[in-house]
Amino acid sequence: MNFEMTDDRRMLSDTLNRYLAGKYGWEHRAKAAYQAPFHDPARWAELSELGVLMALAPEDQGGFGGAGFDITAVFEALGRAICPEPVLAALLSSRLLAAAGADQEALLAGAVHHAAALGELDAPYDLSGIATTARKDGEGYRLSGRKSVVYGGHVAERFLVAALLDGTMALFDVAASDAEVTPYGMIDGGGAAEVFLDAAPATLLLAEAGAAVQDALDAGTLALCAEAVGAMDVSFDITLDYLKSRKQFGTTIGSFQALQHRMVDMKTEIEQARSITILAASRIGTGAQSRSVSMAKNLIGRTAKLVAEDCVQMHGGIAMTWEYQMSHYAKRLVMIDHQLGDTDHHLERVMATRGV
Amino acid sequence: MDLSYSEAERAFQDEVRAFLKDSLPKDLSDKVRANIELGREDMVRWHAILNARGWLASTWPKDHGGTGWTPVERHIFEEECALAFAPRIVPFGVHMLGPVLLKFGSEAQKASFLPRILDGTDWWCQGYSEPGAGSDLASLKTAAVRDGADYVVNGQKTWTTLGQHANKIFCLVRTSKDGKPQEGISFLLIDLDTPGIEMRPIKLIEGGHEVNEVFFTDVRVPASNLVGAENQGWTIAKYLLTHERTNIAGVGFSAAAFEQLKIIARKITRGGRPLAETPLFAARMAQTEIDLEAMKITNLRMLSEAQKNGAPGLESSMLKIKGTVIRQTLNDLTRRALGPAAAPFPSEDLDGNAALVPGDFANEAAEYFNNRKISIFGGSNEIQRNILSKAMLGL
Repeated sequence: MNFEMTDDRRMLSDTLNRYLAGKYGWEHRAKAAYQAPFHDPARWAELSELGVLMALAPEDQGGFGGAGFDITAVFEALGRAICPEPVLAALLSSRLLAAAGADQEALLAGAVHHAAALGELDAPYDLSGIATTARKDGEGYRLSGRKSVVYGGHVAERFLVAALLDGTMALFDVAASDAEVTPYGMIDGGGAAEVFLDAAPATLLLAEAGAAVQDALDAGTLALCAEAVGAMDVSFDITLDYLKSRKQFGTTIGSFQALQHRMVDMKTEIEQARSITILAASRIGTGAQSRSVSMAKNLIGRTAKLVAEDCVQMHGGIAMTWEYQMSHYAKRLVMIDHQLGDTDHHLERVMATRGV
Repeated sequence: MDLSYSEAERAFQDEVRAFLKDSLPKDLSDKVRANIELGREDMVRWHAILNARGWLASTWPKDHGGTGWTPVERHIFEEECALAFAPRIVPFGVHMLGPVLLKFGSEAQKASFLPRILDGTDWWCQGYSEPGAGSDLASLKTAAVRDGADYVVNGQKTWTTLGQHANKIFCLVRTSKDGKPQEGISFLLIDLDTPGIEMRPIKLIEGGHEVNEVFFTDVRVPASNLVGAENQGWTIAKYLLTHERTNIAGVGFSAAAFEQLKIIARKITRGGRPLAETPLFAARMAQTEIDLEAMKITNLRMLSEAQKNGAPGLESSMLKIKGTVIRQTLNDLTRRALGPAAAPFPSEDLDGNAALVPGDFANEAAEYFNNRKISIFGGSNEIQRNILSKAMLGL
């Protein structure tokens, strides 16, 4: 048994943490996350050069990673910095392109932004209810429908769209210029878009895309879990520092037992969340992938909310302010539960499937 | 045991409902329902409507222009207002300074300030907390030093809610460093136009501007603006705290929030099925409904006690703790209900075709984050637990 990262992943993780601490520090993040285009193109290019995207894909796709632990190494570092760069969109897209056997050199180089347009207003988590449809049109296809809260859609040049072709979920490639895209910033930073397709010309990538889409969602969900772990660790550290320095009633507030016990409980929950994320990462590529990822996302959803709320509460008013980092970590931690399936959605998935 | 209102109380409830139906402007209730920040004019307008009806000062006796209502009548009024999505009465003048002046103020102070609160001439804000004095309010440092006929005030206040709209501020200031910290605090009324005062906005977690920092540099305040005796400020502050307590559970707001939750949970569908009918979400709603029903009765039990004894008991700290948790849970569920569509930044203009959520629900995530404050301000829930364990349980 060995819970250490491999040397390669440790190096990637260290490099990334150092880069983000230096180049994506607090002030920079505050600007990039909340002002259009809701990320920093120059930093995106540098992150790509560092191999952030290559780490997400296996060697046969042109990357150097792609395993569960590669994904968690990258996203835990992104979570520590609550970095708003659209890496999740790239991960989802990379998995989809790999399944379709399509070239993804431009994606992994960070040269072309891709976004996976999967969820819809009425089918945000469970994609069996999507209503976007495809019809044959000469050599190609045309897509109609609306894709909602497409992560990375605000900068995407290509959309990978899940649509029904004769009642079966298929995957298509649509140029952003052929769709009507409404970009926006998000409450926790970063951007997304509404994507309206009105007989938009499309290229078929996969006629039966159900399994590929589920695999992409699993990988993306694991990534969000790791991001949350990184953000929870930092939230905990910020709060612990505050409890040790903030004085009220003539003493540090960390000397109060009521807060000490809550901190210990919180730390325990964070370790549990880290463990379930490690478990899920280990199951990527196995038959237990989906169920394990859902278990992780359910526990992450519960823990991230606890950490966000308790860290703010134990700080008091200061953590309610925009100027104080903790408020932004709290927003990110809570809003992760709104991405790729919330606590309830993933609990349902765990309930509906037997363990292996 | 009889859980129902008396006949007179039911008649009063009908009267309140009729008034709200006739007199609450729709543009105001629409904003409140959608959690859109109200402007100064909105709040002033609602105060004027209530004042014209004689219903603004529900904590004051009749001979000073108040309603003279019993705690139960006050509760009925507040609950009906919340359910109708009426703007909140800005509490600082009406519910905080007013009762203080009535109890501790000089005749001259009552005559000069009370009418101006009712007619909207003055907008008061509160100068209590300081960067170094939050939960430990008694450690406050803003100093008022007597100099002839004036006090000279230096220091900094923070979390001054809606101070950007105010022309006056009531402050707790330090007038003595002798004895226990509580014994050297005074209650001082300050005109915000006085030279030496600077107010700076604090941007909150969700991006809104609701609270401020106030800086005092050599601010001269006439000694006649001292309320009560010098160094009596802590007694006054504690009196104010008990006065604040009757509506502390916010049951009306929670009941209104639950109605909104029911609406959104029926409108939002997942794969064609209303969210309200999906087992896990329905369970969350039902659990919260149970907590809320119990809270309503707990609240009434304490009101009934207050009606008998004249003031709410220590148990009001329980109402604060449980009431805020229930409201926050309702905010949590409404945000959750929206799924990914809760994500856009509240200022994003996603109307019409691009709208992600039905009508009133675009600010729900922001409202959830903003309402994390309710378990922090007015004595955090941790402080309430300290009060309860010490004073109620003798621990």
